[in-house]
Amino acid sequence: MSGIPHDHYEPKSGGEKWLHSRLPIVGLMYDTLMIPTPKNLNWMWIWGIVLVFCLMMQIITGIVLVMHYTPHVDMAFASIEHIMRNVNGGWALRYIHQNGASLFFIAVYMHIFRGLYYGSYKAPREITWIIGILIYVLMMGTAFMGYVLPWGQMSFWGATVITGLFGAIPFIGEGIQTWLLGGPAVDNATLNRFLSLHYLLPFVILGLVIVHVWAFHTTGNNNPTGVEVRRTSKKEAEADTLPFWPYFVIKDLFALAVILVVFFAIVGFIPNFMGHPDNYIEANPLATPAHIVPEWYFLPFYAVLRAFDGDVWVVIAASWLTGGIVDAKFFGVIAMFGAIVVMALVPWLDTSSVRSGRYRPMFKVWFWLFIFNFFVLMWVGARPAEGIYPYISLIGSAYWFAYFLVILPLLGVIEKPLPQPQTIEEDFNDHYGKDSGSSGGTTAAAPTPAE
Amino acid sequence: MIRKLAITSALALTVTGGVALAAGSEPHVTNYSFSFEGPFGAFDQNQLQRGLQVYTEVCAACHGLRYVPIRTLGDEGGPGLPEDQVRAYIEQNFIEVYDTDLQDWRAATPNDNFPMSQLETAPDLSLMTKARAGFFGPYGLAINPLINGVGGPEYVASLLAGYEDPPACAPDGFDGYYNAVFEAGGYPDSCLDDHGHRTVAGSWIGMAPPLWPEGGQLVYQDGAPDDVESVALDVSAFLTWTAEPKLMARKQMGFTAIIMLSILAVLLYLTNKRLWMPIKARSKGVPSK
Repeated sequence: MSGIPHDHYEPKSGGEKWLHSRLPIVGLMYDTLMIPTPKNLNWMWIWGIVLVFCLMMQIITGIVLVMHYTPHVDMAFASIEHIMRNVNGGWALRYIHQNGASLFFIAVYMHIFRGLYYGSYKAPREITWIIGILIYVLMMGTAFMGYVLPWGQMSFWGATVITGLFGAIPFIGEGIQTWLLGGPAVDNATLNRFLSLHYLLPFVILGLVIVHVWAFHTTGNNNPTGVEVRRTSKKEAEADTLPFWPYFVIKDLFALAVILVVFFAIVGFIPNFMGHPDNYIEANPLATPAHIVPEWYFLPFYAVLRAFDGDVWVVIAASWLTGGIVDAKFFGVIAMFGAIVVMALVPWLDTSSVRSGRYRPMFKVWFWLFIFNFFVLMWVGARPAEGIYPYISLIGSAYWFAYFLVILPLLGVIEKPLPQPQTIEEDFNDHYGKDSGSSGGTTAAAPTPAE
Repeated sequence: MIRKLAITSALALTVTGGVALAAGSEPHVTNYSFSFEGPFGAFDQNQLQRGLQVYTEVCAACHGLRYVPIRTLGDEGGPGLPEDQVRAYIEQNFIEVYDTDLQDWRAATPNDNFPMSQLETAPDLSLMTKARAGFFGPYGLAINPLINGVGGPEYVASLLAGYEDPPACAPDGFDGYYNAVFEAGGYPDSCLDDHGHRTVAGSWIGMAPPLWPEGGQLVYQDGAPDDVESVALDVSAFLTWTAEPKLMARKQMGFTAIIMLSILAVLLYLTNKRLWMPIKARSKGVPSK
């Protein structure tokens, strides 16, 4: 795999040869695990392992939770309390699963931002990127439906608001909404199908993760310089890379252990900090909460959704041009989904021939503004839609789209990139070669300009 | 770099984690200190038993604890009543449950849950301290909830001690009881200013003041103070236990996990350093261009 010259698995004993000629599974595992990996990867390349860990953790805790959960509107809320009180270690499973979703999203955002900064989406890794975005969208769907299962007030009203978005689609919207809900409103049918899909989608994600890994094993990993591994000879390839096992497995596991210390501090001491108190009130279709707020990881997109109200000129123009078919509500829905679509299209929107943001002085500024804007949108997404907040959402949303549709295409033309190293080996030697004094903490003393 | 990562993620958590909480009006909640707060905090068993007494003698007249199994009163991480006292508690309070097999009421057993609310309008108290928040913001940044906790127990205690004489702006006989902490109740128009903003904190709650302002409502066996604030704190502590009965086990798990994972992280750090040492040493000899 990966077109990088390296040693392949050679069956030695008779048994190995017997198996290899029938099913080359050991060879597949060997080649996957020993893939030549650029040796200059920095600490932003650990999130993949964290994400795989999160997926497995969520699947395992989820499978056990389902054993004790009852998907019925009259019993779901009580069955969660049953898990929290009567099931052995049920409280731990449930808090790990609940906060695990947040860890999952922190990791996926870091992973996506790393890809955006170092140009991991650029040729030849477009397929890896697109599959990654697909996984991210499926994650959002899974998390959203999982949040409905405890059948608290925010579960119910969140489901009502989000499925209501589909109702905003002209002509066919209401039909779609009814089809999604299994009835005219969020009810038992909704709860049942959401559980079914919440259980199904993680396995679809798992399948896509395998394709995601397959795709970047075919192209090889990107790295902080964005310079490709030399493939001309095995000797040169080996100067640029190290096998994934053990060098990167141990490094990633160390990072994972540190992250899990923080994670278990949250699960152990502030497990409800990320949640909403209203979700400890059983769902009541007759009492609407004062403010319906989605989980934190949806907030940037929720802000985009709410940014385009009927007073914004693009909305008015769209409404006028389409003869009222595209109203403010539908425009918001388009904008929200569009925000993800433009991210998926970034391999073709970014015109720069330089892959890594490290060598793009102007790009850096706009990139960090993009990150800052992401947090602003997240913050404003939870504020009430009144006063100055709608303007902040609008500016933030406009920047989100401008970043992908205007800034990235233009930067490739007007920016003068900095010189890049010729090889990964050169970058690595630059990094560790000149450092002579400090003997301790070589790992920690490896600052890359990225973080 | 790791530190920067940690700071970034901590910031991300801070900025976003509790923003959800920030919505809505923000009552003034006293930041009482409870024995179960902080990483080393634990329930005060005497306080939980006093709180159970307050619940039984005062709250239970209207409110229920439908999700709490009676047997858990014997849990070590909770009130820790001996088994015979749990049975005696059921007998003395004539706790009955509806049995769907018998199609009739029968005396509860320790394996049954507490009864549901007696009064339609009285919310169940099982999860009350987790279903309310006391601390918000500032500006939706969730820093207060991160430092002080979400503030459910503090909210409940503040509300119980928050009954005051109605402000002068209110008309006589306005429906409900004025409470300076409760924000979600009825509010007379005469207390709004010209812009429609509220001029006094709180609102009018349907629940009559459950605790006597002059104290002396209950006879505590252990001679603990029985003024309104103390009683409110006792029952809030008890309701924190009903909402989060495994709080002590959870903190225990947190410590065990943190210690084990920290050791693992140190070992992996050393392994990783050792593993990469020859690779990094090799690059030292190479003159950089």
